[in-house]
Amino acid sequence: MDKAITAPKAKSKKRKAKDQSFKYFLLVAPFLVLVFIFSYLPLYGWSYAFFDYRPPLKLSQCEFVGWKWFKYLFGNPMQIKQLINVLKNTFAMSGLGILTSVLPLAFAVFLNEIKCKWFKKLVQTLTTIPNFISWILVYSVAFSLFSSSGMVNHVLQDLGITTDAIKFLESDSHTWITMMLWGLWKGLGWGAIMYLAALAGADQEQYEAARVDGAGRFKLMWHITVPQLLPTYFVLLMMSIANFLSNGMEQYFIFSNSFNMQHIQVLDLYIYKISMGSASFSLGTALSMMKSIISVTLLWVVNTLSKVFRGESII
Amino acid sequence: MSKETNTTAYKAKKKKITVGDISFNIINYAVFIIFTIICIYPFYYLIINTISSNDLSNNGVINFLPRKLQFENYKQVFKLSGLSAAATISLGRVVIGTLCTTLASAFLGFMFSQQKMWMRKFWYRFMCITMYFNAGLIPMYIIMLNLHLNNSFWVYILPAIVSPFNIILVKTYIESISSSLQEAAEIDGAGIVTIFVRIMLPISKPILATIAIFSAVGQWNSFQDTLIYITDQKLYSLQYLLYKYINEASTLANVMKSNGGAAGLANLATKQTATSIKMTVSVIVVFPILMVYPFAQRYFTTGIMIGSVKG
Repeated sequence: MDKAITAPKAKSKKRKAKDQSFKYFLLVAPFLVLVFIFSYLPLYGWSYAFFDYRPPLKLSQCEFVGWKWFKYLFGNPMQIKQLINVLKNTFAMSGLGILTSVLPLAFAVFLNEIKCKWFKKLVQTLTTIPNFISWILVYSVAFSLFSSSGMVNHVLQDLGITTDAIKFLESDSHTWITMMLWGLWKGLGWGAIMYLAALAGADQEQYEAARVDGAGRFKLMWHITVPQLLPTYFVLLMMSIANFLSNGMEQYFIFSNSFNMQHIQVLDLYIYKISMGSASFSLGTALSMMKSIISVTLLWVVNTLSKVFRGESII
Repeated sequence: MSKETNTTAYKAKKKKITVGDISFNIINYAVFIIFTIICIYPFYYLIINTISSNDLSNNGVINFLPRKLQFENYKQVFKLSGLSAAATISLGRVVIGTLCTTLASAFLGFMFSQQKMWMRKFWYRFMCITMYFNAGLIPMYIIMLNLHLNNSFWVYILPAIVSPFNIILVKTYIESISSSLQEAAEIDGAGIVTIFVRIMLPISKPILATIAIFSAVGQWNSFQDTLIYITDQKLYSLQYLLYKYINEASTLANVMKSNGGAAGLANLATKQTATSIKMTVSVIVVFPILMVYPFAQRYFTTGIMIGSVKG
């Protein structure tokens, strides 16, 4: 008797729940369509890499060329030489980025030693500002300070150190280092914020205990502060290895000129130049396709390594 | 009791300041002061040079304090053809883009925290995984062409609406709050949309503020989308216009010629030069960031903290 009454009720309840769960899905569906259009649909564009695509034509009107563009990239010595040069720049910039990735950590550790609160806060605030301006503005700043009629050259000439203006921007000397320094100027303070936030919640008792035991300042920094930050550092390091091929193009695009092109052209910039500059759509697609596949593989490798050694995935 | 003795012992120890400590502190402070000045001085330099007399500025003597104050640069620059249009576009994309991204992130973050959704896990992954791959420049360009989004204002807005990282932030935030509020509202018969608008939006204000600020800064600073998708001058953003001014001497020369009439007769102190225009536009572009920054700073930190917890 009891069962007979509750059974249909339960059924309608179940159905209602099902309707509701589908309604929830329908509410997010429009956004999923956006995701599909802007993230998945472009993958179909990879097919352009196998055609000889010429823009006003439709893809179906173009010749299917198979692996031609991939072969072309490694085909003649000139092309190989250029590709090697581009990769050299990419590796150099990413490598320097990884080498200097300890600096934000050091920044945080040393700033943490400063006890004056307002000073600490002021430094933190002012050094993060450059992170929030665009690379164009960074270049504008660079231009007004370092161009041949810029502030630095004026000062150097007034002091009698140089007679002719030094061309800081229109030269190819130390391009890699210069780019790294601009990157640091923009990103160092911001990079330290995450570490500083981690330290803000740090346990003070450990320090006191160690101090009572007679540990000096550097010992405290090395044995207590740094270990607290290492997990964060490790995750960021892994991410930067996964992003080894992607330097982004904005910085290099804006700072590049005919003088420094040899040392500033990273992969992303090269892809842009090939695609938009010389309108070789198919070749550009072939390149970005290879880059994407290698990047995803790298991310997978790094993530697996992280799982094996730390028992935690990074994504 | 024992804690008390500990602290006194610690205090006693702290009072002994050694020469090493003092020199460490001096060097430490000095390094931070120098780096902070390096970070800030360029902005100061730009500002003082745009408000000083242009002939002094051209001679490179304005390095520390402004001299012979004048604001003619700003008055003239706003008359430049294209500048106010570009400012409108930039403002427009900041306002509309930020609103869309923030609301969409809030809604999606909330919806994906609902266990009941049909195939929730699958759709969540479907969205999140897009953070890690990228079809590339040309495939994206072709999609925009096919959707007729090139040379359209919406190319600035639509691709940015769904941002997986922001959605994860909101989802994490909402899941950290107890679900009893929602249950209570459900018992009262409130629908999912009502719960979102009445309860979840107000509750997740802090995280939404963070997302809004990041998205606003991103929209203001964005440059690459104009470079790739836009050829129509009416849709140039301020950043792109600044890029044109800095990189293409011809653009600037044209602008100055068209502005020439009165400026040609003006005296040297207020006469616009290529440099003065570049600097003034730079200050205009950087000004909103500098103004908003002190108020927004704490939200930046919150955002990055929640992000790092997620790992």
